[in-house]
Amino acid sequence: MTSTVTPSKVPPAAGDDVLKSGGVRGRFPRIPDRIRRGGLPYLLLLPALILELLIHIIPMLMGIVMSFRGLTQFFIRNWNAAPWNGLHNYDIAVDFNAPIGKALLHSFYVTCGFTVLAVGFSWLIGTAAAVLMQENFRGRGLLRTVFLIPYALPAYAAIITWVFMFQHDNGLVNHVLHDQLGVTDKASFWLIGDNSFYALVVVAVWKSWPFAFLMVMAALQNIPRELYEAASIDGAGIWQQIRRITLPSLRSVNQVLVLVLFLWTFNDFNTPYVLFGKSAPESADLISIHIYQSSFVTWNFGSGAAMSVLLLLFLLVVTAVYLFFTSRGRKSADV
Amino acid sequence: MSSSTATRRSPTAPPQSFIWTRRIALTLITLFTLLPVYVMLSSSMKSLADVSGKFSWIPHEITFRPYVDIWTTIPLARYFMNSLIVAGTASIASVVVAVFAAYAVSRYRFRGKRVFTVTVLATQMFPGILFLLPLFLIFVNIGNSTGIALYGSRGGLILTYLTFSLPFSIWMLIGYFDSIPKDLDEAAMVDGCGPLGALFRVVVPAAIPGIVAVAMYAFMTAWGEVLFASVMTNDTTRTLAVGLQGYSTLNDVSWNQIMAASLVVSVPVVAGFLLLQRYLVAGLTAGAVK
Repeated sequence: MTSTVTPSKVPPAAGDDVLKSGGVRGRFPRIPDRIRRGGLPYLLLLPALILELLIHIIPMLMGIVMSFRGLTQFFIRNWNAAPWNGLHNYDIAVDFNAPIGKALLHSFYVTCGFTVLAVGFSWLIGTAAAVLMQENFRGRGLLRTVFLIPYALPAYAAIITWVFMFQHDNGLVNHVLHDQLGVTDKASFWLIGDNSFYALVVVAVWKSWPFAFLMVMAALQNIPRELYEAASIDGAGIWQQIRRITLPSLRSVNQVLVLVLFLWTFNDFNTPYVLFGKSAPESADLISIHIYQSSFVTWNFGSGAAMSVLLLLFLLVVTAVYLFFTSRGRKSADV
Repeated sequence: MSSSTATRRSPTAPPQSFIWTRRIALTLITLFTLLPVYVMLSSSMKSLADVSGKFSWIPHEITFRPYVDIWTTIPLARYFMNSLIVAGTASIASVVVAVFAAYAVSRYRFRGKRVFTVTVLATQMFPGILFLLPLFLIFVNIGNSTGIALYGSRGGLILTYLTFSLPFSIWMLIGYFDSIPKDLDEAAMVDGCGPLGALFRVVVPAAIPGIVAVAMYAFMTAWGEVLFASVMTNDTTRTLAVGLQGYSTLNDVSWNQIMAASLVVSVPVVAGFLLLQRYLVAGLTAGAVK
């Protein structure tokens, strides 16, 4: 690490010299000044740039290259020897009649359903809590701290607790639903079979709603008080104020919030991985765990890379379309 | 937050319908939020027999044995140390790199500035799985050709985690630095400081809350990451995220110990977060709300 930081420590001396000698005008007329102005920002950015390139950009480009090659476990040691096979990996991934493509499509649908539910509920709970807590009341500060706990807990520690709660024989969920409330006829399985989808949604909502809460809370502080004062002079009750002032003011934060929640939820790996282990049940087979499995369990990196590229393309398109429409809507609303 | 009084809206008391909606909704949300925390806490003080039988809200007898046993069932202390080294180093390095980058973006106009900020933010949306595979191969191949062990080492994990928190850290710090008047560093430069002198003597001290928040964020990111930890570590470098799985064997799951260990590994980050939440919340939300 230290080696990447040091280069940016070079300019201070140079910069100092320039400033000091700058007192004698005209001795070094332009050039040192230009280097100081022009080069310094790049030197400051250098460590960040190198790291971004090394860990994000280059691997991503390599991932795209890999997706065109037949990269299986035989080529791990020397992956340059892996044969090029054009769009073969993609053909297999999108051949929805064959087992691999069919499983991928299924996983995609599951992820879409999961994302819609998890983002929707996270947004709803977060917004409701923030709006209801806009006005001061006793215990407000304490409650806010409590609400941030799921955000602060390390993901695996929290999710493993949910795993315990979802256990068939000794879990809390079955104890409450079956023994105490009698909602279900017999103890259900939550981490295998169809129920696992709901388990997944519940845990994801629990984990991500505090972020929505945080963002909305911060946005609410930017609404001018005068708006509310004027409204209440005009006789608007609190519900009307919420509907006419608070919620419309959240438009711009919602644009960012929903997008961020969408990207996080769609790419979520931690939740299914800790809940189900390396092989998720079919009804909760999220795309990230699906790709992980098809790469590391079957050791077919080429095919895994092709699926990842498809995922990235999908996310890019959705993000672009989303930003296009929401920004346009916003502009016309502002006018 | 400090502005709690500023958000008060009208001097007239809200109607009963609002107060009751608030009470009921917030109670339900609180229960939902705290349920796992309660289960973690209460189950960590149960005996193995208690935790293996039907779930009980209150422990039949309170025991602190799990807190003793967790250290011997698996090498928890070693995982703890690994996580501490990885997350600590990654967060310090991330802050240093982010401070330089954010200073450049906040104080200078240069070609490619927009490309840089947009690219950095865009990396946040990449699915981790997309660069996991190539990064894994890069690390393995660097190891094979140069002997620098990145795969399976803490160094590789540190580099990776440091980059994970970097985009958000840079973003947050740009916001913080922008809020510090430029006159301050110009005054310092008139007094004979170089640009970096101004950064370290003026801007950094003024942005300490933001920097602490960024460090905390980077630490939390590294402390909780699972995907890369599961692929990039081996027995000696295993971090908590993966190590905790060691409590369940095929025929016996010591849930009481898992809960105790989960609690123990959560305490450092939760305590740090709650202490620093004011700054972290301000920083996390500053960029998005603007």
